[in-house]
Amino acid sequence: MKPNKIMVMLCITVMALAGCSGTNPGNDRNATPSPNHGGGGELISQSELRDYAPDSPEYFAGLIGDTIYFEVDQSNISDVSVEVLRKQAEWLNQYPEFSIVVEGHADEQGTREYNLALGARRAAAVKVFLVGLGVADSRLSTVSYGKERPVAVCSSESCWSKNRRSVTALERESGG
Amino acid sequence: MIINRAMSALMLAIAIYLPSERGNAQTVREPLRIIITEGVIEPMPIALPTFATNLAADRSLARQLTEVIASDLAGTGLFRQIPPEAYISAPGGINERINFVNWKAINAQALVAGSLTTSADRMVVNFRLFDVFAESELGQGMSFEASQSSVRRVAHKIADTIYQRITGEAPYFDSRVAYISESGPKDGRRKQLAIMDYDGANLRPLTNQSTIVLAPRFSPDGSRIIYTSYETGVPNVYLIDIESGNRQSIIQSPNMAFAPRFSPNGSKVVLSLAVDGNTDIYEVEIGNRRISRLTNSSAIDTAPSFSPDGKWLVFESDRSGSQQIYVMRLERGAPQPRRISFGQGRYGTPVWSPTGDFIAFTKQHRGRFHIGVMRADGSEERLLTSSFLDEGPTWSPNGRTLMFFRETPGTDGGPSIYSVDIYGRNLRSVPTPQYGSDPAWSPQRN
Repeated sequence: MKPNKIMVMLCITVMALAGCSGTNPGNDRNATPSPNHGGGGELISQSELRDYAPDSPEYFAGLIGDTIYFEVDQSNISDVSVEVLRKQAEWLNQYPEFSIVVEGHADEQGTREYNLALGARRAAAVKVFLVGLGVADSRLSTVSYGKERPVAVCSSESCWSKNRRSVTALERESGG
Repeated sequence: MIINRAMSALMLAIAIYLPSERGNAQTVREPLRIIITEGVIEPMPIALPTFATNLAADRSLARQLTEVIASDLAGTGLFRQIPPEAYISAPGGINERINFVNWKAINAQALVAGSLTTSADRMVVNFRLFDVFAESELGQGMSFEASQSSVRRVAHKIADTIYQRITGEAPYFDSRVAYISESGPKDGRRKQLAIMDYDGANLRPLTNQSTIVLAPRFSPDGSRIIYTSYETGVPNVYLIDIESGNRQSIIQSPNMAFAPRFSPNGSKVVLSLAVDGNTDIYEVEIGNRRISRLTNSSAIDTAPSFSPDGKWLVFESDRSGSQQIYVMRLERGAPQPRRISFGQGRYGTPVWSPTGDFIAFTKQHRGRFHIGVMRADGSEERLLTSSFLDEGPTWSPNGRTLMFFRETPGTDGGPSIYSVDIYGRNLRSVPTPQYGSDPAWSPQRN
């Protein structure tokens, strides 16, 4: 299945970035998660990733990093995430043909409607930050999925920390 | 038998302690009585012979009818059907004299005698309810004429009448539940709005699985459902007519709208809008779509619910730093919302009971979730359930039972619907063919 393949590749890239960044995210229990995957991921070669054009959404998601993580019931942007958002803003300013939907997500440990509101808070915090770095407000919209769209499905902190996230999703503006 | 026979003719001590304004004093004088209280209940033994038929061809219909009545009554935890094998005699026709000795001998406290006749696709169902030890009829006999396809509804109405006469409580079996049917893996759940009878029968989907749908609520007349859908990409609020399936959006806003509930008179909807990441509660007039803002804080204000008289709103807010329950009066110049939850942990999803006496909620404390109830002033907090994730209580039409959903943990976890009474007794699973979440109990049907 194609989607799975892409997911695996993104997963590796996120890990590689976390490894390269040199910052230690482990200063609290809600540190940026390191994806934990079983066998299979190693089968994808690095050369495939480099095939993405620098102006493609895949490049943005994979090599810039489209996701940042939050602490429990918080929408503060951590130091690690500030770096990711800076890179995002830089890339977004370089490629203005994309419009941006910032998705806010929460882990399963909360009631449904509260988590929708919490995800909205997180998405708005990211939007404000990107606007502050020069990304045009008119290109940015937000949506919250609350706890509706987890990426990690176990019921412990190792998964919850991956689900408390925002994802900067790109759409090529119409005609493009 | 724990039940004291000498007492049974006067009253049966099962007992709901009700708030005083509900007029218990009057009902205690009636002969056969279950009063529902916090004490342990010994279910009342009830004889419910299959309703008599003239034609052998009608027997399966009569059996179905009787089984639904028995299931409704036993499902409350307040009644126990005496196995038909124990019956010494059949009651015979609906108008024949009852031989009470034969029913006393098997310790039946109550006896239901009924008949069913058919003509074409119609049926006539008659029944009478008897207090066996008082040797008297309880209330007036009743007759129902209906389509044979309505056999389950007629059964619910008969069970409602029996429940009402013996407990003194308002009925609730002839009601429905809207909920979200869920399928697929945890990281790719498909959701659709569905409706079923309160006991899980007559399940019918109301939306397809193409988009996320959440948190339905019934209109006060039970004919429409309001819910949240992602069909435009962001959550918005829609109103669907149950019979016709016609849908309309309630609010035109670029902002996320969610958590909608009807006002008690059905003219307004309260909901949450997230504007620049800040969630507050707004009111929308359904007639003209006029929007007014009800809360104004930088906190998350959501999950509103009206008091039955429409004068108050209960909602959750994290304005104190954590999710807690607040009540506010709905009038110009009303004072600031008042916090009513003060126990340990976080409180959300408050729902005012239809009888006005309690507010049900979800509580989160030390990694566990609970369904609980408290008085509108926050007193008498009582936790009814506990699990990895219990959420989203909804009241039975008579305010004596709650449904909620319970999610099991882990990769293969998923939600199922449960019911529990307001004293934490009689926890039961409500059957749905797939995962079920966000139940909303309808008003009693007419």
